[in-house]
Amino acid sequence: MEAFLKGSTASSQTKKASAPLASTSKKDNKDVQQSPKHIPWVEKYRPRTVEDVAHQDEVVAVLRKILTGSDLPNLLFYGPPGTGKTSTILAAARSLFGHDLYRSRVLELNASDERGINVIREKVKSFAQFTASNTRPDGKPCPPYKIVILDEADSMTSAAQAALRRTMEKETKTTRFCLICNYVSRIIEPITSRCAKFRFKPLAETVMSERLKHICKEEKVQIVESALETLMHVSDGDMRRAVMYLQSASRLCGQDEPVTENIIMDITGVMPDEMLDLVLKTCHSDSYEKLDLVVKQIIREGYAASQVLSQLHDRVVNMEDITDRQKSAICEKMGEVDKCLTDGADEYLQMIALFSVIMQQLCHGE
Amino acid sequence: MCVLRELYGAGVEKLRIEHNSFTTPSNKKLEIVTISSNYHIEVNPSDVGIHDRVVVQEMIKNVAQVNQLDTSSQKDFKVVVLTEVDRLSRDAQHALRRTMEKYMATCRLILVCNSTSKVIPAIRSRCLGIRVAAPSQEEIAQILHNVCKKEGLNLPSELAKRIAEKSQGNLRRAILMCEACRVQQYPFSADQQVSDPDWELFLRETATMIVQEQSPRRLLEVRGRLYELLTHCIPPDVVMRGLLQELLSNCDGVLKPEVVQSAAHFEHRLQCGQKAIYHLEAFVARFMAIYKRFLEEGIADLF
Ligand SMILES: Nc1ncnc2c1ncn2[C@@H]1O[C@H](COP(=O)(O)OP(=O)(O)O)[C@@H](O)[C@H]1O
Ligand SMILES: [Mg+2]
Repeated sequence: MEAFLKGSTASSQTKKASAPLASTSKKDNKDVQQSPKHIPWVEKYRPRTVEDVAHQDEVVAVLRKILTGSDLPNLLFYGPPGTGKTSTILAAARSLFGHDLYRSRVLELNASDERGINVIREKVKSFAQFTASNTRPDGKPCPPYKIVILDEADSMTSAAQAALRRTMEKETKTTRFCLICNYVSRIIEPITSRCAKFRFKPLAETVMSERLKHICKEEKVQIVESALETLMHVSDGDMRRAVMYLQSASRLCGQDEPVTENIIMDITGVMPDEMLDLVLKTCHSDSYEKLDLVVKQIIREGYAASQVLSQLHDRVVNMEDITDRQKSAICEKMGEVDKCLTDGADEYLQMIALFSVIMQQLCHGE
Repeated sequence: MCVLRELYGAGVEKLRIEHNSFTTPSNKKLEIVTISSNYHIEVNPSDVGIHDRVVVQEMIKNVAQVNQLDTSSQKDFKVVVLTEVDRLSRDAQHALRRTMEKYMATCRLILVCNSTSKVIPAIRSRCLGIRVAAPSQEEIAQILHNVCKKEGLNLPSELAKRIAEKSQGNLRRAILMCEACRVQQYPFSADQQVSDPDWELFLRETATMIVQEQSPRRLLEVRGRLYELLTHCIPPDVVMRGLLQELLSNCDGVLKPEVVQSAAHFEHRLQCGQKAIYHLEAFVARFMAIYKRFLEEGIADLF
């Protein structure tokens, strides 16, 4: 341990693994010009213009029209994380107002800001009150309204949402609202019905691979084809996650080595197939002692129960030696476990409960 | 800590302990202890319970808005270490989302948690996850040897191995147990007893009591004992796991599936509810019912 603390000059493998940020060595620090290097790729490759946003054709088409002069409705963007929602509206607002006006015309509120009823009433109201002119200081035309971006709106209370609804109604002349959320069902109906809704789709693999390859080229990273595939599989259409993984994987291996599948597996916390085999084998054994040991091992290795669940689900669905009825019994339990885990229930207990059902089905079902 | 040292040099080891106070929107004052240096700040927001959101919001903004003064020699961002993120409320986790992106230039977060299942996907997608597996038994034994050498103690490798086995991959526990052994007897002997923490023995006795007798009176006694565990700050999920384990090893195989399901069921309810004791008690009562039914059926079969 002590040796580890002292050896601060060499950037050993483990340290790189634990902090991609740390891997720039001491020498770089003296060079102040290096600072752009610290920008994570996710930010560096954030789409700058609406046209850069990949795979979300509907929204892009609508926004393109707006940029060329048609009126902007209130917007509601929804979809899973890392699909470009925040990037899109920021890019659109930037090209609408240009750099100088951006501050006075756009109000961005997200879950990290206080967004109780009072804030909605006071802050948004005072922002929206003044009418906006339709020219920029530099003489170019720009739309005569302001934009309020409410990012992560699904974490707003429904009381705050109700207050928002009133404000939305009153300020239609001067202000457009853009709400962004993951789950559209968490937004109250009177608001959704006042907005043009756009669903952001998880990015298709082809689109993702194209962008990832582009980043690899820019950053001079080599990646083997199979690693790219794994990367896309584990990130599930979440572009941010894919880029994040790519950057850390590239830091993990040296300058000239390519990124391999194993490295990706390692950083993403996906359970290796052998471990899954072990779980299923144990479920065949009909022994609670062994089950207990396996669960403890999984937890010791640091795999998340949610991860185990999703991998096991893929396996069970494709299993050929059990009947559909058994599968459905197992999957029903999986659904329950998933809900319990999201509610914060204990991982050990949930996993053993799930495995016990699988064991019952495999050993005593039918 | 090692990572931070790597980033900023020895400066991070000049630690201060500070009491920070925040005011909630409802004007309630909150106090929280933070450990910080010029470059980083470490905090466990779940210390303030349901008001953790305020802490997270204020803290990060404060840190992020003050630029690093001495940029020539150091990295130009600060680090906020948040521990036990899995105990953070949903609200607070949401509050982290955009903040993380927005202040990326001046402030990076290191989030520490036991499992990512309780961290919302939106945050997971913004972080580089680093799975830290528990050390293996050999590694633990090795570390115990190193610790003892530094303390000038002589640790028989037989004993080190036994402590490692009992530690369940938890290094802190291993070192504490080693310390306890030292208090018990020195010089160490290879076959000396490695004792479990008191509360585990207590829990084991409680489980035995449940198996011995199933009656309302016994339930009341058990309740008292569980309550005592909770007041000694043993987390309720730990109690539930411990109970399940002891009960499983004491009951017939036919009952095990049902017992496991009900433990998972009541622990889930416990996490959603307010008072842990109700749910622990409910589990015990359920177990008693299952067990008693089994015994009675067994007797009926005899005749
Ligand atoms: N459609 C997309 N096209 C290109 N890059 C994307 C896209 N969606 C997400 N990204 C990448 O993911 C990062 C996060 O996107 P963001 O818009 O913040 O996602 P969210 O939908 O969660 O708000 C961006 O910085 C960008 O690198
Ligand atoms: Mg976003």
